[in-house]
Amino acid sequence: MDRKSFLEHVGWTGAAGITWTLGASGVMTAVASAAAPAGALSFIQISDSHIGFTRPENPDVAGTLKKTIADINALPVQPSFVVHTGDVTHLAKAEQFDTAKSILSELKAPLITLPGEHDVIGSSDAFMAAFGKKDAPKVWNSFDMGGVHFVSLVNVFNFEIDGKLGPEQLDWVTKDLAAQKKSTPIVVFGHVPLYALYPKWGWTTEDGAQVISQLSRFDNVTVLNGHIHQIIQHTEGNIRFATAAATAYPQPAPGTADKPGPLKVPDDQLLSVLGYRTVELAGHDAKVADHNLA
Amino acid sequence: MKKAFAGAVLAMLTLVFSGSASLAETAAAPIVVHIKDFKYNPTPLKLHVGDTVTFINDDDEPHTVTATDKSFDSEALDTSGTWKHTFTKPGTFAYFCELHPYMKATIVVEGK
Repeated sequence: MDRKSFLEHVGWTGAAGITWTLGASGVMTAVASAAAPAGALSFIQISDSHIGFTRPENPDVAGTLKKTIADINALPVQPSFVVHTGDVTHLAKAEQFDTAKSILSELKAPLITLPGEHDVIGSSDAFMAAFGKKDAPKVWNSFDMGGVHFVSLVNVFNFEIDGKLGPEQLDWVTKDLAAQKKSTPIVVFGHVPLYALYPKWGWTTEDGAQVISQLSRFDNVTVLNGHIHQIIQHTEGNIRFATAAATAYPQPAPGTADKPGPLKVPDDQLLSVLGYRTVELAGHDAKVADHNLA
Repeated sequence: MKKAFAGAVLAMLTLVFSGSASLAETAAAPIVVHIKDFKYNPTPLKLHVGDTVTFINDDDEPHTVTATDKSFDSEALDTSGTWKHTFTKPGTFAYFCELHPYMKATIVVEGK
């Protein structure tokens, strides 16, 4: 991903009044400090920190995660929570989780952490020891806040063909969504993109279409994922999908390289392709903005 | 299968040059699967019961060697990481990379 595409401004006003703003750090402050309507809820998404990665694409992934946390902590209005959408570590090693946890614990806002496939290599034990919650033994979970229904999905445990949710989780999410009103704004988190973004590189959830079809009946749905280390937006009816930038290193745009993997950018441009995402929800409006670390 | 053939030739040369090499030692010629450009090579790989395979990750990305039936699992192999596994049962074993599940390969183990 080059700087130009990262900085590309995307304006998006759909029927649900969602505005997407993709901006440089200058935009960040303006967006974050914008007066939010009474009752508005805001949260932040971060993703793909790959603690333990040491290669030239980013020899200091701990440093860029620390910078991300510092930038978030410096925001004038703190979010209700921060969600990390996975690949906290590079190789799921206990010491990598320890490092990640100590950096993430500096956040002022509460943290929700989902696993990526790099966090569950071999087993999910190290992830669960670091970030597991007793009330969500399978990690997938839902909660309500400020009139919004949030759903966290895990599409990395049953990796055999592509990212998969699996029958047990599909059954759970079907019941969870069936209990929600059509007018309730829905926000879905997960690591791997839920739709077939680029299956050739595994950038898809094999059984994701079953969830998408259930989401299609709602007026306002936002699906936020990581995994691909770049911002790609997509819309299907009232469902807006967006993948997030990493805090570690970028990856090539779909089909622009022979294979996925770390993408080397000039050192002085690295911070401009890493970042975090703010989301403001008020009534039926969702304002999503991506901010780089430069 | 070119590599397996080359391996056999190498084993024979070793036998010729060392003179004293026993048949047991030729059977122990290293069998290697390289992981490069998100592919396992060679595949399918034919083995005999008791053979040991060394998997080497030549990619910049970490990979795993994970049996679809979970009968073996390398866990994470970082760049230049290696992992050995001895196949003790005959059968056809499909395996894949947990990190990149579209990477698939097969090992066929024949009884002695």
